Amino acid sequence: MKTETLAVTSPSTTKRRFRIDLKDFGVLGGLLVIVLYLALATDTFLTSQNLVNLLDQAVVIGLIAVGATICIISGVFDLSSSANLAMSAIAGVFFTQVFGVEIGFILALLTGAALGAITGLMIVVTRVHSFIGSLAMSIIYRGLAVVLTAGAIVSPHMEQLDGFRVWTRSVVGGITSGTLLFVLALIIFGLILWATTYGRRIYAVGGNAEAARLSGIRTPLIHVSAFAISGLCAAAAGMVLASRAGSAQPAMATGLELTAIAAVVIGGTSIMGGAGAVWRTAVGVMILTVIANGFNLMGWDTTYQQVVTGALILIAVAADSLLIHRWRRS
Amino acid sequence: MTLSISELTDPMGESPAPSIKLDTVGKSYAGTSVLRGVTLTIAPGEIHGLLGENGAGKSTLLKILGGVIPADTGTVAFDQKHVRIGSPRDSIELGVSLIAQELALVPARSVLENVFLGSWSNIFTIARSSRDRAVLEKLMDDTGFHLDIDAPVSSLPLGKAQQVEILKALARGSKVLCLDEPTAALGEVDTKNLIRLLKQLAASGTTIIIVSHFLEEILGLADRITVLRDGNQIVTDDANGYDADKLVQLMVGRQAAALARTPGAIDPNAEIVLRASNLTNDFIKDISFEIRRGEILGLAGLMGAGRSETLNAVFGSDRVTSGEVEVNGRRVRRNSVSASIKNGLALVPESRKDQGLVLGRTATDNIALPSLDKRQTAGFIHRRREAEVVAKAITDVDIRGRVQLVSVGALSGGNQQKALFAKWLINPPQVFLIDEPTRGVDVAAKVNIHNLILELAEAGAAVVVASSELEEVTSLSHRLLVLQQGRVVAEFDRSASPDEIMSAAFL
Repeated sequence: MKTETLAVTSPSTTKRRFRIDLKDFGVLGGLLVIVLYLALATDTFLTSQNLVNLLDQAVVIGLIAVGATICIISGVFDLSSSANLAMSAIAGVFFTQVFGVEIGFILALLTGAALGAITGLMIVVTRVHSFIGSLAMSIIYRGLAVVLTAGAIVSPHMEQLDGFRVWTRSVVGGITSGTLLFVLALIIFGLILWATTYGRRIYAVGGNAEAARLSGIRTPLIHVSAFAISGLCAAAAGMVLASRAGSAQPAMATGLELTAIAAVVIGGTSIMGGAGAVWRTAVGVMILTVIANGFNLMGWDTTYQQVVTGALILIAVAADSLLIHRWRRS
Repeated sequence: MTLSISELTDPMGESPAPSIKLDTVGKSYAGTSVLRGVTLTIAPGEIHGLLGENGAGKSTLLKILGGVIPADTGTVAFDQKHVRIGSPRDSIELGVSLIAQELALVPARSVLENVFLGSWSNIFTIARSSRDRAVLEKLMDDTGFHLDIDAPVSSLPLGKAQQVEILKALARGSKVLCLDEPTAALGEVDTKNLIRLLKQLAASGTTIIIVSHFLEEILGLADRITVLRDGNQIVTDDANGYDADKLVQLMVGRQAAALARTPGAIDPNAEIVLRASNLTNDFIKDISFEIRRGEILGLAGLMGAGRSETLNAVFGSDRVTSGEVEVNGRRVRRNSVSASIKNGLALVPESRKDQGLVLGRTATDNIALPSLDKRQTAGFIHRRREAEVVAKAITDVDIRGRVQLVSVGALSGGNQQKALFAKWLINPPQVFLIDEPTRGVDVAAKVNIHNLILELAEAGAAVVVASSELEEVTSLSHRLLVLQQGRVVAEFDRSASPDEIMSAAFL
C-alpha cells in the first residue's frame, strides 16, 4: 500500500513484499518505545495488575474504535456512536429487567445495530455528509435517552446485579471477560475486513465510491452496514460500561466517539477512506491507553496528557496526508 | 475575428516574451530519475511541441517550468538570466502559466472569480469586480470564447472550463503558456478553436509549449519539437521534415508495433445480443439501437452530444425515465448496475481515475472487484484462485511486469486503462460498453487496446465504443451512430468518410 510509489519506475520490484512499511513501523515502533520506557522507568508498569488494568481501560474506547475503523475505511464518519452507546446500554438495562441478563445483553447489541442502521439510512437517503448526519442523529439519540430514563440513572433489579456484572469478571490470569470481548471484536472484524468479499467492498467504496458503484457494488448498503457495525460495537462497549457501573444513564460516554476516531487515526488508518486495518486501531487504542497509564505511573500532571494526545493525532494525520500527497504526485 | 493581440496578451504593456533556455535539467523521484539532462532553447513566440509516451517525462518538464515541482539538477534561464522557479508563484511572476490536465479552478466559484484567481483588482483588499468584469469581457471578445461570466465553473463542461484556464493565463499577462494535453478532453470544434487561438497568440509573440498525444495536431501546430523517451531527450528539431510515423518511431524507440487491425466482417445473421429501445432521461432522448454478436458499434458526436450518457443509460448507472434494455431477448431491470452486470453487461467508464479504479488499492483488488462473489465461501475470499484468475486477466490484456500487488495509482496510464478491461475479463460479459477507450494513453498502449477490443468482438461479445476521437471510432467500428443533443441523428457503415460523419455531427 505505501511502498508502491517506487514501483512505477523501479525495475527491482521482486522484493517489494518484504520491504518494511514505514507507516507500520512508525505506529508499532511508537507503542514499543513508550512501553519500553515505562517498563524501565517504573517498577509498576510490568506488574500483572497494571497490565490487566491497562487492557481493561482499553476495552470501551477500543470497541467503539473498531466500529469507527469500519466506518472510516468505507468513507463515512459515525459521530453518533457514543450516543448510540448510551441508548443501547439503557435499552439493555430495561431489557435485562424484563428478560434477564443474557437476553438483555443480546437485545442491547441488536438495539445498537438497529440504531446504527437507522443513522446510516438517514445519511444514505438524505445524502447529507455523514459528519453532519451522524452528529444530528447523536443529538437525537442523547435526547431520546433522557426521555426514556427521565434523566435518571437506571439499573437492573438487585438480584440481577451480580449477573449483570459479568464483563468485570476475571477469567484467565486476571484478564477480564470485557477484555476478551474486545479481543474477540478485534479478531472478528479484523478478519472480515481482511479476508471477506464484504471487507473488500468496504475498502473499494471508501477508496472510490463511483468506481465501486460501476463495479456493481451497492454503495448505500455498504454504508448502512458500516453504521450498523459501528452501532453494534458501541452497544457492546455500552454494556461493558454499564456492567462496570451496575447502571446506565443518558450522559454516559459523552465525547468518546472523538477519542475513538483519534485512536483510529493514530493507528494509521487513512482519514480519506479506503485504507487502514483493525490491527492498526488496536495499536492506536493501546498507544492512547498506555500514555494515560504512563502519566499515572510517572506521577506526571495529567493535564499535559491532552497536549500529548493532540500532538499525536496531528503527527498521525500529517504523516497520512504527506504520504498521500507524495503518492499523488508521482 | 480581429485580434488586438498586443492588448490581449499584454494588458499592462509589458515586455515581450523571454527566450527560455533549459540546461541539463533533471528530476528524480525516490532515486529513480524521470527526466535526465534536458537542454533546449525556446525562442520568443515559438510553439514548441513536447512528445513522448506516457512516463517519458513531458509533464514533468512542464511542471518544472510551471513551478509545480522543482528540478533536481540543471538550470533555467530567461533572457540569459538565471531564474529560480521554486513555486507556482515564481513562475507566474516570470510570466509563465501552466495549464495542466487537471484544471486548477475553484469549481463552486464563478468564471469571473476564477479568471482573476488570487489577483482580483481591489482597493485596500475590497474587490472591484466591475473592473475585472470589463477586462474579462474584452478578453472574451478577443479570444472568441463565449462564457457566462457569473456561472459557477462546476456548471461548465470540460471544454469551457479549459477556456477559463486560458483566459486566466491571458489575464495575468502570461508570455509563456505551457499546455499539458489541452485537447485530450475536447471535441472537434473546441479543438479547432483552441489550435487557431494558440497560433494567433504565438504570432503575436507569446511562447507556447504544448504536450499532446495527437501527433498530427502537433505537426500542424508546432514550429519545433522535442521528443522524450524514458526521461531522455531524444531529439529537438524543427517540426518540418517529421511525419507521424517518424515521431512514433522516435517515441517508442523501435519500429512502432504493427498498427491496429481493422475489424473483420461480421455474420449478418448473427443473433442480436443487445437491444436498447427508446432510452430517455435528462441527457438523451429516445435512443434505440441493436447490436449483433461480434459487432462493434461506434458512438460519435461532439462534446455533450450524449455519448457517455447513452452508455451509462444502457448500463443502468444513469437513471432513465423510460426505455428498455434487452440482452439476448431478456429484459434487464432498469437503473440497476448490479442487474446489468448479472445480465452480462460491462462498462469501461470515461475517466479511469474518477470512475474506474480505486487508486489506493492493489491491481489485484481492483481487477477482482466485479467478480468477487465467484470466488468465496461464506464471504471468505479464495485468495489462491483469485491470484490465478487475476494473473490470467493481466496477461490477457497484456499488462507487463509484476503488478498484482502494486497499487493501481502507481501504474502508467496505459496499464491503468488495461486494468479497466481486465476487471471484466475474469467473467467475460456479452456486451462491452466502452467509453473513451484510450484517453491519455501512449501510442503503443493505444494499439494494444484497439486490438484487444477487436479480439473481444471476435470472441463473440457485442461492443459499443464511444470516443471523442473520430478516427478511433471510425477505425474500430463496423457501424457508427452519430449523436447530437442526446439524439441519434445519423447512422453510417464503415465506408463513410470522416467528412460525412462530421457534417452529420454538426448540422
